[in-house]
Amino acid sequence: MKDLINKLSKAYELSDVVYQRPNFTYATANKENVISLITQLRDLEGFSHFVLLSCVDWIEDNIFQLSYILNNPTQKYDLAIRCMIDRKEATMTSAHHLWEQIATYQRELKEMYGIEFPDSPRLNEDFILEGWDDIPPMRREFDTKKFSEETFFPRERPQSNDPATYMKNKMHPDEWDNTPSSKG
Amino acid sequence: MSEEKNIEQPSKQAKTFENPYYAKREVTGPDGQKFIVDPMKDYFSDECPTVHEPNSIPVVEKFLNWARAESLWVLGFGTGCGSIEIGPLLTPRFDAFRYGVMPRPTPRQSNVFIISGYLAVKTLKRVIRSYEQMPNPKYVLALGSCTINGGMYYDSYNTINRLDQYIPVDAYVAGCMPRPEALLAGFNKLKELIKAGKAENANEYAKNFDWYKANQKKIIKDWNMPDYNW
Repeated sequence: MKDLINKLSKAYELSDVVYQRPNFTYATANKENVISLITQLRDLEGFSHFVLLSCVDWIEDNIFQLSYILNNPTQKYDLAIRCMIDRKEATMTSAHHLWEQIATYQRELKEMYGIEFPDSPRLNEDFILEGWDDIPPMRREFDTKKFSEETFFPRERPQSNDPATYMKNKMHPDEWDNTPSSKG
Repeated sequence: MSEEKNIEQPSKQAKTFENPYYAKREVTGPDGQKFIVDPMKDYFSDECPTVHEPNSIPVVEKFLNWARAESLWVLGFGTGCGSIEIGPLLTPRFDAFRYGVMPRPTPRQSNVFIISGYLAVKTLKRVIRSYEQMPNPKYVLALGSCTINGGMYYDSYNTINRLDQYIPVDAYVAGCMPRPEALLAGFNKLKELIKAGKAENANEYAKNFDWYKANQKKIIKDWNMPDYNW
């Protein structure tokens, strides 16, 4: 598989190649090259099965990381193509023409992260959430606990005790004071 | 994380929610006659629920309550992970039928609603519709800690914390998840409550209808159905 990565590296400027497992490799490509890269992988290199498209929010670096994971069924090999896109203008070229099911992943990413995929079918329809009018909930600036407390009538939770302190104060006060330091 | 404050907050989306199924529309009949259909008015009753007063003769009311307690027909609507326990409950292993508990496929034929675990806002919308379609007298059995205080989903953006703010609950079965035996205990507790005349929460729902409706509409933003679903 290293031959393939070396071959693709010249054409597509792959970086951060990680040989994670004998049958699984990560590689990072530029945003502009990703679609042509996975097209070549599908049509010429035998990666005919699309596994998943997922997103990671790196809020500190101001980027979203998209991962396209492809599978080569004949060689039993997975290849994950990562690509970093800007968080403020989160837009990515749609890949639904390669595999139809990518459109569903893209709908989910639009709803959960607010990433735009122009021309992707049914992108703006509600997918999992219904009637959501706040910022996309999987973005890390969305404070889910605060939202829940403001929205869902939280019930007061019982105070939990630190087990060590509780034992010390309530259950075995004598035994706890028998340490050498407390005897002085 | 200090740079987090500098990051621009994306603006909240302005959305309008309309259900095309309930839109007012012109329909052509089989004889070519045209008429206007307004599903929100024509398909549903907009009458609020009413309070069913107990029978004025105590002995009769006691008899009715005994009869109600022995016929608990459960709506087959698994709302959360706890519905996995309802399967064994109704099979010969635990055999809830010996307690007069049996499953029904539609809300119109059932009078016990088991809320089995966490409720997403999306599911709550369906739960409210199903609950309102059930005929009186009706009872709600809430399973698991999720319905009591949110359980392990207490900080989730999409699951409710307290069920009793949205529909009235007759009996809780605590646990995560409660086993079928605990559910049977819950059914027996519910029977005790019904026989003692204390399971009148459907009437509470009718009395405090506006309060419940306001709470429901607070979180269900796309309220594109009638206020009361007969």
